Amino acid sequence: MHGNKFRHNFLTALLLAPATAWLVVFLVLPFIAIAVFSVGERAPEGGYQAAFTFAQYANLPARATAFWNTMLLAPVGALACLLVAYPVAYYLALRAPARWRLILLALVVIPFWTSLLMRTYAWMYVLGGRGIPALLAYIGFEDVRLINTPGAVLLGIVYGYLPLMILPIYVSLERLDRRLLEASADLGATPLSTFLGVTLKLSLPGVMTGFSLVMILLLGEYLIPTLLGGGKVFFIGNALVDLFLQSRNWPFGSAIAITLVLVSVVVLIAANRISTRVSGARRVDLI
Amino acid sequence: MSKSYRDGLPISPEKFVDQLMRLKRGSIGRRDFLGLTGLGIATAVMAREIGIMPTPAFAAESLGDRMSIATWPNYHDPQTFENFKKDTGVAVEVNVFGSNEEMLAKLQAGASGWSLFVPTNYTISTYKKLGIIEPLDMAKLPNFDGTQEDPRFTAEGTIDKVTYAVPKNWGTTGFAVNTKKLAKPMTSWKEFWDTAMAEGDGRTMVHDYQLTTIGNALKYYGYSFNSLKQDELAKAEALLLKVKPHLFAVSSDYQPGMRAGDAWMTMCWTNDGAQLHRDIPEIAYVLGKEGGEIWTDFYAIPKDAPNKPAGYALLNYLMNPQVAVKEHLANGAPSTDARVNKLLPKEVLDNPILYPAADLLTPLEFGAAATLTDPGRAELMARFKSA
Repeated sequence: MHGNKFRHNFLTALLLAPATAWLVVFLVLPFIAIAVFSVGERAPEGGYQAAFTFAQYANLPARATAFWNTMLLAPVGALACLLVAYPVAYYLALRAPARWRLILLALVVIPFWTSLLMRTYAWMYVLGGRGIPALLAYIGFEDVRLINTPGAVLLGIVYGYLPLMILPIYVSLERLDRRLLEASADLGATPLSTFLGVTLKLSLPGVMTGFSLVMILLLGEYLIPTLLGGGKVFFIGNALVDLFLQSRNWPFGSAIAITLVLVSVVVLIAANRISTRVSGARRVDLI
Repeated sequence: MSKSYRDGLPISPEKFVDQLMRLKRGSIGRRDFLGLTGLGIATAVMAREIGIMPTPAFAAESLGDRMSIATWPNYHDPQTFENFKKDTGVAVEVNVFGSNEEMLAKLQAGASGWSLFVPTNYTISTYKKLGIIEPLDMAKLPNFDGTQEDPRFTAEGTIDKVTYAVPKNWGTTGFAVNTKKLAKPMTSWKEFWDTAMAEGDGRTMVHDYQLTTIGNALKYYGYSFNSLKQDELAKAEALLLKVKPHLFAVSSDYQPGMRAGDAWMTMCWTNDGAQLHRDIPEIAYVLGKEGGEIWTDFYAIPKDAPNKPAGYALLNYLMNPQVAVKEHLANGAPSTDARVNKLLPKEVLDNPILYPAADLLTPLEFGAAATLTDPGRAELMARFKSA
C-alpha cells in the first residue's frame, strides 16, 4: 500500500514537472526579475542600475491617467463583448441545429488562427478613408471619419476578444440540463422568467470566466487603442511600451508592471467572490 | 530617422494588401512563394550544406554565410542584399526597427546579434560613451572616401578623431499637407499648429516621438528645436495640450492615414514626404521657415557583433557609389556623398523635397544627444499623450 501511494505521488510529480518548469521559467523568474528592477534606479543613459528604493512606486501617480483609462477600458470593453457574445453563445448551445453546431463553433474560433495584429490592421483599412467612408462618399456622405474614434476602439475590442467570451459561456450553457427548462415551463414560468431564473443563472460561472478572462487581457491592451484609436488615449500598456522602449526607464516600467499584475490578481479574486456568491458553490477556477 | 514601433512590423499594411490582392488574382512571384512557404530558406541551407552553391572564397578572412543588419523600414533596395549575397555568399538578415531608442534598448540589453546597424547622428556619442560600438577600422573600408563627404552631415560620426560611424544619407523633418483639403499655402510651424486647431481639426497627425513633436512645438515660439529650458518646454507643453483634442492621431506611421485621405496634414520625414508626393502629387512637403530638424543616418558596427568581417564587408559594399546610388533611388533620401550625387539623375537632384533651398536649410538644427536622452522631455511627452 505504502509503496503504491509513493509511486502514485511520484507519477503525479513527474506528470506535473513540465507544467511546473514552464511556470517557473516563464512566469516566476521573469516576475522576480521585474520585481528586482522595480526597486532599482534608471541609469543615467537609460536602462537599469542596482539600488533599493521605492521611489518608482511613489512615482506611480505620474501615470494615474493611464491607470484610470485602463480601469475604464477593461470593464467597458468586457461588457461590450459580453452583450454581443451572450446571444451568440445562447444560439450555439441551445438553438442551433446539432449538425451545424460544430461548423458554427469553428467559425467562431477560426479568426484566432490569424494574428490579432493582422486582423486589427484589416479593420484599419475597412474603417479608414478607402474602406467604408469611400462607400459612404459614393452615396453622398462626404468626409465621414470612422477610424481613430472611441467607437472604432470598442469595435476592435469586441471583434478581437469575442471568441474568448463566447466559448466559456457556450460551455456552461451546453452543460445545462434541458429538463430544468421543461420543469420551469411545466411549473408555469414564462419564457422570460425561465431565462432569467434558470438559463442565465446557471450560465453565470461561464459569464464570469469570460468576463474576467477578457478583462484581464484588456488590462494589458495597447495595440487596438493605438491602431484604431490613433494613440491619443494612453493606457498602461502604452505607458509600459514607452517606458521600456522610448525613455528607457526600466525601473519605473517595472514598478508599473508589478502594480498591473497586482491589480489583475485583485480583479480575479473579486470575480471569483462574485461568481461564488451568485451561483452558489460553483467557482471560477482561474486561480 | 526614428519612427514608431509599428514601423518595425515584418510587412507594411500596404504591402500586405498588395500581396493579398496578388494572391487572390492567383499571381505569385517565385520569391514570394519560396518566402511564404519557407522553401527559400530551406533550399538555401540545403544547397550550402550539400555544396551545390559553394561559398566563394573571400580574401583572407572568412565571412561566414550569414549576418544581420538592423535598419529602418523601406530604407534599402532589397536587390542590394541579394547582390551582396551573390558576390560574397553571405545572406543578410534585415531587422527593421521603429526608433533609435528601441535600437539603443536592444544593444544595451546585449547580444543583439547585429553585425551592422543604422543609428541617427545624435545617438552616436551615447553609443560611444556606453562603449557598445566599434571604432571603425578604415583600412577595411576602401570604398569610403571622406574627402567626398559633406562634413556638415558627417561630423557626428567622428569623436576625438576616431570614426565610429560613416554616413548613409541625410534628411529633414517637415510636414506634409494634402493641398486639396487644406488649400491655404503654409510655410511655417506656426501655421501647422494653428491649422491643426482650425481647418485641420481632427485631421492632423504628430509623431509619437518626443524629439520631433516637442521640438516642432518649440518652433512655434521660435525656440531651439533642442531646448531643455524649463520655461520654454512649459510653453511647448501648453501648446501641445491645447492641440491634443484636435488631433487625428499621435503616431509616426502616417503614410496610411495620409494616403487614405483620413489625415490631411502630418509631421513628416524627407523620404516619406518624397514617397507621398511621388504617389499623390497634391501632398506637398513643407519645411517650417522657423527651422526644425535636420538629420543624418549612419552605419555603425556593434562591439559585440557576431560577424565583424561580414559587417565590414557589407559596409564597404554599401559605400560603393554604384551600389549607393541604387539605394538612394529606392529610399528617396538625399546622399551625403558627392560621388553619389554625380550619379543621381537630374530630376532627383532638382527635387526640392530632397534638396531644399539654402534659406530653408540654414535654420535647421541637428537633434542633440542630450535632447534624446533627457528624462524631462520623455515625461513631457508622456503627459501630452496621457492628457
